[in-house]
Amino acid sequence: MMHDLTLSEAAAGLQKKEFSSVELTKHMLERIKELNPRINAYVTLTEEEALNQAEEADKMFGKSGAVKSPLCGVPMGLKDIFNTRGVKTTCCSRVIRDFEPPYDATVVSKLRDSGSVMLGKLNMDEFACGSSTEHSAFGVTKNPWDLSRVAGGSSGGSAAAVAADMAYYTLGTDTGGSIRQPASLCSAVGLKVTYGRVSRSGVTAMASSWDTIGPLAKTVEDAALVLQAIAGKDRRDSTTPDVSVPDYSKNLGESIKGLKIGLPKEYFGEGIDPDVEKALRAAIKQLEDLGAEVKEVSLPYTKYAVAVYYIAMPAELSANLARFDGIRYGSKPAGAVTDMIDYYYHVRSEGFGDEIKRRIMIGTYVLSAGYFDAYYKKAQKVRTLIIRDFENVFKDVDVLVTPVSPIPAFKIGEKIDDPLSMYLADVFTIPVNCAGVPALSVPCGFTSDNLPVGMQIIGPQFKEDLLLKVGAAYEQVTEWHKRKPVI
Amino acid sequence: MLSKKEIEHIAMLARLGLKKGEAEKFSRQLNSILEYVRQLNEVDTDGVEATSQVTGLENVSRKDTVLRFCEKDELLACTELPVERDQVKVKSVITES
Repeated sequence: MMHDLTLSEAAAGLQKKEFSSVELTKHMLERIKELNPRINAYVTLTEEEALNQAEEADKMFGKSGAVKSPLCGVPMGLKDIFNTRGVKTTCCSRVIRDFEPPYDATVVSKLRDSGSVMLGKLNMDEFACGSSTEHSAFGVTKNPWDLSRVAGGSSGGSAAAVAADMAYYTLGTDTGGSIRQPASLCSAVGLKVTYGRVSRSGVTAMASSWDTIGPLAKTVEDAALVLQAIAGKDRRDSTTPDVSVPDYSKNLGESIKGLKIGLPKEYFGEGIDPDVEKALRAAIKQLEDLGAEVKEVSLPYTKYAVAVYYIAMPAELSANLARFDGIRYGSKPAGAVTDMIDYYYHVRSEGFGDEIKRRIMIGTYVLSAGYFDAYYKKAQKVRTLIIRDFENVFKDVDVLVTPVSPIPAFKIGEKIDDPLSMYLADVFTIPVNCAGVPALSVPCGFTSDNLPVGMQIIGPQFKEDLLLKVGAAYEQVTEWHKRKPVI
Repeated sequence: MLSKKEIEHIAMLARLGLKKGEAEKFSRQLNSILEYVRQLNEVDTDGVEATSQVTGLENVSRKDTVLRFCEKDELLACTELPVERDQVKVKSVITES
């Protein structure tokens, strides 16, 4: 079936004219219409635009030498946090439920330039705050492997769409695990890039010193192709450093013989689901069989990462979300208001969900006079210690291998009234964002309940190419990524 | 411990109007989160510098020229409020007390 293809296979089919982009796009739109009522991955479908873009792509395939990117003509979806000119971009929040941005995010322009076909916008936790997509104003995304369970979050729609073959690839954002955790829970490949590797211009900011953008795909090879199209310095985002962009596909298929892999002891043991640990141990054995040298290492400050995150992130979030006041954009209050302050109260209390209100209040509190040093500054200092942990360990090993999430997909509603237990679901992904290093989530098995398990491969800053090489080597000798959910 | 009154004050600072019963609910939840993050107090951070940027960039500057993102009319079309002389018209900010 056409929807089963990977991005690379779809690109090859288009190149060989086995099918047209319009055929591919129509097929995917039909599939989304059939499955989305059950999965709720897409919040907006852009049928007309998609077919127009597909026609344009087909014209390119008609001219020799016109197609420059493997993404040309291949249908994809975007998390609803990426500004798309003239197409509703809501961050799955009521506060901007009808907002149509007047410009494209830099990554969206890059995908347009490569000839991509956008099928629609994908569900997420409101303003990317959550680990289950239950905080979306448009309903939860269901896990394609078990519709009673969450798809993870915040990029839950992006992961479910890939896992259910409702897009050949998608883009998500990762501030504390929001690409890797849903990828792991849905059995997709997810890449969290080095901080600043991909421009964030035109992507709604959550926590500015943590936010990153990356692909979710069916294979490591596909993730490399998407990263190639979106990485690099952007004058519209001054946090993108002038670091050259390598050829991310070049080392795929190379041997990992002699590669030094560290297993941080803090990421194994207590609190991990036994089936998750079992899958990880088997994956590590396979990496050893491929010639990698495995040793135990330690990152002693790991246990403080979640606490650092839940001070620094809400602080930055509360400042970033101050701009949502219903004036320059966003929705007006429903009823009458007395004055400007009352207007703000109404816009923000009607517009934001509970999780956003909680985080804005924590952020406001930790930044307020008298508490700044005790909370925010303290957190930034401990962040330094976590960064040193990674710097030290990478003197000794090339990459780290850990679980992505300590638990497989949980039941919808299970954690919704206990914010802290939801936060702890990101205990293995948050340290990576603390240090701004890249990490790849790769499918590595299933639990006895047939729920996907993901392996996290962490590397030093700007070593995405190394992570992709390791992930691809693992993928070549395993079949996990080829398993499909029965929906 | 954050009291209900403190929660109401924080909500006011953040311009969040709270509904009936929300102050109690948020007080309970925020206190449990703050209790968790206070474990950082056990870490010795004497002489450790605070991190606010992770890739070592400092003072990134560019030429002071305008980068066009979009047209004025498209920007003004984003508001649901009335527009007068290219400005968004809002409720009075200063009121008699």
